[in-house]
Parts: sequence; C-alpha cells; structure tokens
Amino acid sequence: MTIPASPPCEAEAAICARGIIRDFEAGQTTIRVLHGIDAEIRSGEMTYVVGESGSGKTTLISIMCGILWPTAGEVKVFGTDIYKLSDTELVNFRLNNIGFIFQQYNLIPSIDAAANAAVPLIAKGMPVEEAREKAKVLLDKLNIGNQADKLPRQLSGGQQQRVAIARALVHEPRLVVCDEPTAALDARSGRRVMDLLREVAVAPDRACIIVTHDNRIFDLADRIIVLEDGRITHDGKEMPDGH
Amino acid sequence: MLWIAIRMLTGDAQKFYGLLFGIAFSTLLITQQMTIFVNLVQRGASGVFNAPEAEVWVMDPVSRTTDVSYAMPATALDKVRSVPGVEWAVPHLRAVANVRTAEGDLEGVAVIGVDDATLIGLPRRMAQGDKSVLFAPDAVAIDDTGAQRFFPAGASPIGARLELNDQRAVIRGIADAIPSFTSTVVLYTRYSNALNFVPGTRNRLSFVLVGVSEGQTPEQVADRIEAETGLKAKTRDEFAQAGIDFIIENTGIPTNFGITVFLGFVVGVAIVGLTFSLFIRDNIKQFGALKAIGVTNGKIVRMVAAQAGLVGMIGYALGVVGTVLFIYGFSANPFFKGFYIPWQVPLISLVAVVIILAITGLIAIRSVLRTEPAAVFR
Ligand SMILES: Nc1ncnc2c1ncn2[C@@H]1O[C@H](COP(=O)(O)OP(=O)(O)OP(=O)(O)O)[C@@H](O)[C@H]1O
Ligand SMILES: [Mg+2]
Repeated sequence: MTIPASPPCEAEAAICARGIIRDFEAGQTTIRVLHGIDAEIRSGEMTYVVGESGSGKTTLISIMCGILWPTAGEVKVFGTDIYKLSDTELVNFRLNNIGFIFQQYNLIPSIDAAANAAVPLIAKGMPVEEAREKAKVLLDKLNIGNQADKLPRQLSGGQQQRVAIARALVHEPRLVVCDEPTAALDARSGRRVMDLLREVAVAPDRACIIVTHDNRIFDLADRIIVLEDGRITHDGKEMPDGH
Repeated sequence: MLWIAIRMLTGDAQKFYGLLFGIAFSTLLITQQMTIFVNLVQRGASGVFNAPEAEVWVMDPVSRTTDVSYAMPATALDKVRSVPGVEWAVPHLRAVANVRTAEGDLEGVAVIGVDDATLIGLPRRMAQGDKSVLFAPDAVAIDDTGAQRFFPAGASPIGARLELNDQRAVIRGIADAIPSFTSTVVLYTRYSNALNFVPGTRNRLSFVLVGVSEGQTPEQVADRIEAETGLKAKTRDEFAQAGIDFIIENTGIPTNFGITVFLGFVVGVAIVGLTFSLFIRDNIKQFGALKAIGVTNGKIVRMVAAQAGLVGMIGYALGVVGTVLFIYGFSANPFFKGFYIPWQVPLISLVAVVIILAITGLIAIRSVLRTEPAAVFR
C-alpha cells in the first residue's frame, strides 16, 4: 500500500504527525488501529480528540506524546522527530516537554499531595523540599493548597484529579495530554474540571490535547478532531452536524 | 527519586514489615544455626583445648581423638622423653567410669588423669578451689557443667563424696572447662589416682602430652617423635582439627544444620519474594506513570534496588542482633557455654541475604521494566 504524500506541517506546529499507522497483534491476526493519520496540533489551543469507543483515540495520543511506537509514520513534537531519539533521550524529552493527566490519576499512595504534584520536578533532580514548595503554589492555584500535606487516600476523587493536574503542569511542559478527564464525573463537575484546565493548562506557548467522548463538553474546545475507525473524518472548530 | 522509592516502600507498612520479617527471620535462622553448628562441632576439640599446655599429643597409631583412643604401654613415656626437642613429657589418662551420686543415681563420667607432679592436663583455670587441691588423697575436680548437672543450684559440690567405680572420691574443686560434645561430666584427678579409679588392663597410658624445646616447632618435634618411637604424634592444632573432623564425619550434624540453613534460605526467598512481588504489583501503575512522565529505566532499577537494599540492611541487622541476643540470653545455659559468633557466620548470612534480594529484586525489576508506559492510559 502506498501512502499519498502529505503536505508539510505549519512551521510552528506543536505536533506534526504524518502517516501514522499502528497495528496490534491479536493472536494470529494483525489489527490495524490507525490507518495513516496526518494531524497537526497547535500551541495556544485546546484540541479535542473525539470518537466512538475503539476508534483509536488513546492509541493516537499515546503515539503523539511518545509513549507508544507507531508501526509506521513520523511524529515531530516541537520540531523533534521523537521516534528517532534513543530510548533514554525520548524519556528525557517527555520529562522536559510533556505533562500527563491519566484517567486513573496513578498518584503514589504513600507520599502527600504536594510531593505527588512535584514528581516531575523530583525526577528532574530538584531537591524534594524545593519541589514540594513549587508544587504547593500550583495546588493553591487549583484551590487545594490546604490539602497539600494529605495523602491521596485522604482526598476526594475530585481533589485527587486536581493533584494529577498539578503534576502535569508543575514542570511547565509545552504539551499537556489528557485522556478522558471527565469520564468518571457528573456533568457539573466535568464542566468545572474543563474550565479549570482551560484556565491553567492553556497558554500561548503550550498545546493541550484532550481525549474525550463526553459530548457535554464539546463546546469548550478550540478545535475538534474526530476519529472513526482509525481515520480522521473531521477537523474543525466545531463538531460536524449530526453529532 | 530514591526518596520516593523509600517512601513507596515504608508507606505500605504491612508489606514493609513483612519484608523486614522475612529477611530478619532468614538471617536469624541462618546465623543462629551456623553459630550453633560451628560451636558444637568445635566441642569435638574440647579435650585438646582443655589441656592448654600440651603442644604435641602423642598416642597409639590407632587413636583418633581425645575420646577415641587406644592405650599405650607405660614405657612409651620414657621413649618420648628421649626424643630430642621434647622439653617435657607427661602422662595423660582418659577413661570412662561409673559414678554413684549422693542420690544414688548411676552416671557415666569421663575420668582424666593429669600429671602427678605438674598437674599438666588440667584446664587453664579453676572455677572454684585451687589446682593444688588435687594433691590431697582421693581428690577430684569436677568440670563446671558437670557440677551444674550433678548438683542442683545452691548445693555446693565441694566436699561431696562420690563412689567412682566403687572407689571413694571427694570433690575438692571445680574446673572451668569447655564442655565436651556429649556434655559428659568430667572428673579430673592425678594420674596415680586415676589408675586406681579406673581398673583396667596392663596398658593404661592414653596420651603423652609434650612441650617442645625453645627453637623447635611442634611440627618438627611431632615428626621426630613419630620417626623415633613409631607412635602417632599430632600438634595441638592438628589434633583439635581431628576432633572436629571426627564429629563432622560421624554425626548427622552437618546434614541437620545444613538442612535448617537451607530452609532458612528457602523461607527467606519465599516470604521476601512473594511480598516483594505483591508490593511491586500493587505499585505497577505508579511505576508505569513514572515511566511515562519521564523516569528512565536506569532510575527505575535504582529505585527498586534502593527498596530491596533498605529492606535488606534493616532486616539483616535485626537478624544478627536477634542471634546475638539469643546467644547472650542462653549464655547461662551450660550447653551454650563459651559460644561465640565467628565473623565468617554473619558474612555468610549477609551473602545469603544479598542472594535472596538479588533473586527477588531481579524478578521485580523485570516486571517493572516490562510495563509499557502506554499502559497508563488504559
Ligand atoms: N495493546 C493493545 N493490544 C491490542 N489491541 C489494542 C491495544 N491497544 C488498543 N488496542 C485496540 O485498538 C483499538 C483502539 O483502541 P483505543 O484504546 O485507541 O480506542 P479508544 O478510541 O481510546 O477507545 P475508548 O474510547 O474506549 O477509550 C481497539 O480496538 C483496541 O482493542
Ligand atoms: Mg481510550
């Protein structure tokens, strides 16, 4: 199969993905989950990746943020062809450039909220106390400054998510990736989280990708990319008609 | 990151203490059993250690240890004395006898006849009484562990009468001696007395104890004695080793202790391995998140190594301290008299702990390294 040559990305694109193919082995057969995706993500915008369950949203953003190797294709993040980096270089690239918000938060149970939020700084080698102080400032901004000394299990789900958001932003990454942030929340809380993310995560020099199939929050997007069966079927400011 | 690793571990108190227990238990079992083994086996040489002046032991060629000996004719003594390099040589009798105690019980004892004039052949120190008490007629000195066995606490053995093979004997002193492997009660007496106490055949001389002249090594003198008399002569160290080897070869002790030590190791691997695997499995999502965020595999390995290392150090220390307390706590018990922990023993258990942690740590690290960072979005 030949892939038609794609036009080059805009020079200032935060992420430029070209010809992304991803196959998964399922027993004897190979399933193609992404069929040659071309996509661009811009800084200063909140980009939604939406689509039905199984359409390949998680797979696509995992590839875009350097935690899943594509079967074929090229991903440039801020101009760096990330899958040409060595393993260690790629890990360090993520540490320096990308903030993650996982659906299950994955906080470390035995360290307090501030330390959890400070993990990327600690991983970069900052002394624990200094890193905690920086993280506290962010927790304050997220309105849970008074919970900084508590362990994750002493926090509500919403508070834990804020800690996870703080952890994604504390090292001021240029790209923030977030998978299904509102899946477990009711409509009101979902909106609040998205408002909060708009407020703290979106910045002129930062790109923000949100994976969701929560149509209650589509109106908050700057840009929506729709995936269907591993292909992009829509890319625009609003959802296409019929959704 | 090491701070986080340590907090991850200590924050899960249940597993942390489980791991400490596993390592401490293994260390205790291995250290304690090996200590008892080494000390017990060295008891095979207690007869040699209890006659500190003797530099060379001369015996019939078939004799093997202080307790397994075949008597020589009395003329052997003069033959040995005439060998150049022999500074002094004294007769030494070792035999078994029956004793009827004041309560009327019959007990087997070892009778040791020491040189009449010099009392060479006695242990270095007396626990009670002076060595010279043995010059009195019918006098014997009992070894301290024997005294504890024969006489209940409070009752003084001094002055007590014993019927020794139907001969009268009076305890005049207590010798501070290393107990024998079998903890047999030992009665020390002068050689001429011993001949009376222990009826027997013509040949009664079990050993000749020899001191070497200045400028001579015990090895040289022993060789010369063997060449000139046709008897067997062993240096003190050789003969002590022969006693130890005899115990090792003729008892099930090495196997028994070996099995226990091995079990300690296996239990350690099992407890520590299982608990550590559980700990890693519980935290696998967190490790995955760290990998996605940007912690290199090298740092992950160091984190797991720090966790294993912390558990190992504290657990090992607890185990060794436990052994010391154990030995110390039983030091009043005659069985444990003179017990010490040879430095090799804690070293061996340290190696065992390192192996246990290396095995479990490697398995843990494998599962952490295998976790794909992409798994965090699932
Ligand atoms: N590691 C994997 N091994 C095998 N198949 C996989 C793997 N990861 C994803 N898939 C398959 O790829 C397809 C797309 O999965 P993906 O998780 O990207 O979908 P999604 O759009 O995020 O769905 P959802 O909305 O349910 O999260 C699915 O059919 C899934 O079964
Ligand atoms: Mg998904």
